[in-house]
Amino acid sequence: METMNIVVLIKQVPDTWSERKLTDTDHTLDRDAADAVIDEINERAVEEALLLKEAHGGKVTVVSMGPDRATDAIRKALSMGADEAVHISDAALHGSDTIQTAKVLASAIRTIEGVDLVVAGNEATDGRAGAIPAMLAELLGLPQLTHARRVEVEGTEVRVERETEDGITHLAAELPAVVSVGEKINEPRYPSFKGIMAAKKKPVTTLGLGDLGIDPSEVGLAAAFTSVVESAPKPPRGAGERVEDQGDGGVRIVEYLAAQKLV
Amino acid sequence: MPDYRLDEEHEQLRATVAEFARDVVAPVIAGYYEREEFPYDIVRGMGEMGLFGLPFPEEYEGMGGDYFALCLALEELARVDSSVAITLEAGVSLGAMPIYRFGTEDQRLRWLPDLCSGRRLAAFGLTESDGGSDAQATRTRASLEGGEWVVNGSKVFITNSGTDITSLVTVTAVTGRSEAGNEISAVVVPSGTPGFTVAGHYSKVGWNASNTCELAFADCRVPEANLLGERGRGYAQFLRILDEGRIAIAALGVGLAQGCVDESLRYARERTAFGKNIGSYQAIQFKIADMEARAHTARLAYYDAAARMSRGESFKKQASIAKLVSSNAAMDNAREATQIFGGYGFMNETPVGRFYRDAKILEIGEGTSEVQRMLISREMGLR
Repeated sequence: METMNIVVLIKQVPDTWSERKLTDTDHTLDRDAADAVIDEINERAVEEALLLKEAHGGKVTVVSMGPDRATDAIRKALSMGADEAVHISDAALHGSDTIQTAKVLASAIRTIEGVDLVVAGNEATDGRAGAIPAMLAELLGLPQLTHARRVEVEGTEVRVERETEDGITHLAAELPAVVSVGEKINEPRYPSFKGIMAAKKKPVTTLGLGDLGIDPSEVGLAAAFTSVVESAPKPPRGAGERVEDQGDGGVRIVEYLAAQKLV
Repeated sequence: MPDYRLDEEHEQLRATVAEFARDVVAPVIAGYYEREEFPYDIVRGMGEMGLFGLPFPEEYEGMGGDYFALCLALEELARVDSSVAITLEAGVSLGAMPIYRFGTEDQRLRWLPDLCSGRRLAAFGLTESDGGSDAQATRTRASLEGGEWVVNGSKVFITNSGTDITSLVTVTAVTGRSEAGNEISAVVVPSGTPGFTVAGHYSKVGWNASNTCELAFADCRVPEANLLGERGRGYAQFLRILDEGRIAIAALGVGLAQGCVDESLRYARERTAFGKNIGSYQAIQFKIADMEARAHTARLAYYDAAARMSRGESFKKQASIAKLVSSNAAMDNAREATQIFGGYGFMNETPVGRFYRDAKILEIGEGTSEVQRMLISREMGLR
């Protein structure tokens, strides 16, 4: 492999530090209620792409689907060191589900020539479906290496340590491929002021549904396979159960945890 | 009309440093403070972000930004902790800036890249045991013998002078006498030079996770080429450095004052007394309103001074005003925040407890509040 042409998917999400809620009208995300930030797992995806680029040379393109203000999240990825960006923004996308989103992202990635690797986060902190990377690989006809805690590229092969509840699996695939990364993959860098200033001059291509040849009726809330019928705030935390230790405290705690299926 | 909004780049820098302060500094700083330990890991992270290179050109590994960018970074750090903020302030405005402003190209290329990247720190040795505000009282001497400066004397309260990564101290010394008084020059003394001893660090009231040491020079010899700037211009040079530094310290004070607001606002919503959040009582509301007003007005004062400086206008009076009002705001807000927290505010592990201890030095360092009033009135023509 000469150099790598890497695509990173990023998503702007409500800051987990602020209060997150759904709108009363259509139960979609209330984007005005919380500060919007690049999802933390995406910062790790960007970092991994930058590390691969630093090791092998090449280019990192950020791809994001979201409303106009997602440019802030895109700019952060560019400030960290990504080279260019594709921003898919169209009012008709409001309320799209994961399948529709994966289709749109796949179309956008097809507009980029010679992609070697697509890097995504495992799961966003807002929707938490965790399905996009696999769906995307399916749509693009590429191997999927998900839940990576370590990524290595040698020649035309990508090798991944996949970590799930079942343990660690070693995966390998020929490039091009789709990789999704988990929390343990790396510690993302903070953008430097030089990076912040350089980001302003980096190219951002904005695409609408028309540019991707997608009919607006195929996407959005009305055409979604899933819909949210009702939503309610999380009930306040209960008082909990008090265990007096009479020599059997440890056992009783384990019994309690076992009853909750936590151990 | 004056416009105090931040442009996109400065806003993004501010947000990035705020995130770093929240995620990297806040969780661990109380431990460093308690142990009076220098936070090398945090300082390395600040270096990797380029904070130590903010106002310097890229040819010296700087970030190509401006002094205002440094001030914004200082404000956001000090909102969480003043020890790391003063480490940055002293590293840039007292450590690297004299080399950049007064150094030869050789000196800049030799020392600045390591300082801009935060791999090394530099210190500025001005204050002596018998002379703080009265810099003319300098007793440390440097005499030229056989192509070397021989330095003798001592300095006190020198920030960043004794860390494992300190590379040099710029020392002001008497290099001769003229009719006008002492001829003062600045000489760069690299760490580890024979005859240069760093005494153990002080036990301080505040800024406990920063490094402050006493320095002694006994027949300490450095090359003649280590003279920084013109011989005899040492006094004028450090006045310029202190004028700028006041804007930076003002930003740091605004950060502390705002940090007090942040903490108090959170606590006022959380803490209940007599069945209601304490934030629903006017006694607390008015305190917090006053605190916010002080932080806001002090911020405008340092923005104005920094804007004048970057436009190349005279900023001496505005820098002194900013330093005066921001250190007042920091002291007042720290006192009120501690009051709002009650007994918890008196505990060292709470941020407001640290803010209270860290605020006082702001009325003393980089020119006391009395010196600021003196400078302001002089600028108004009163002599």
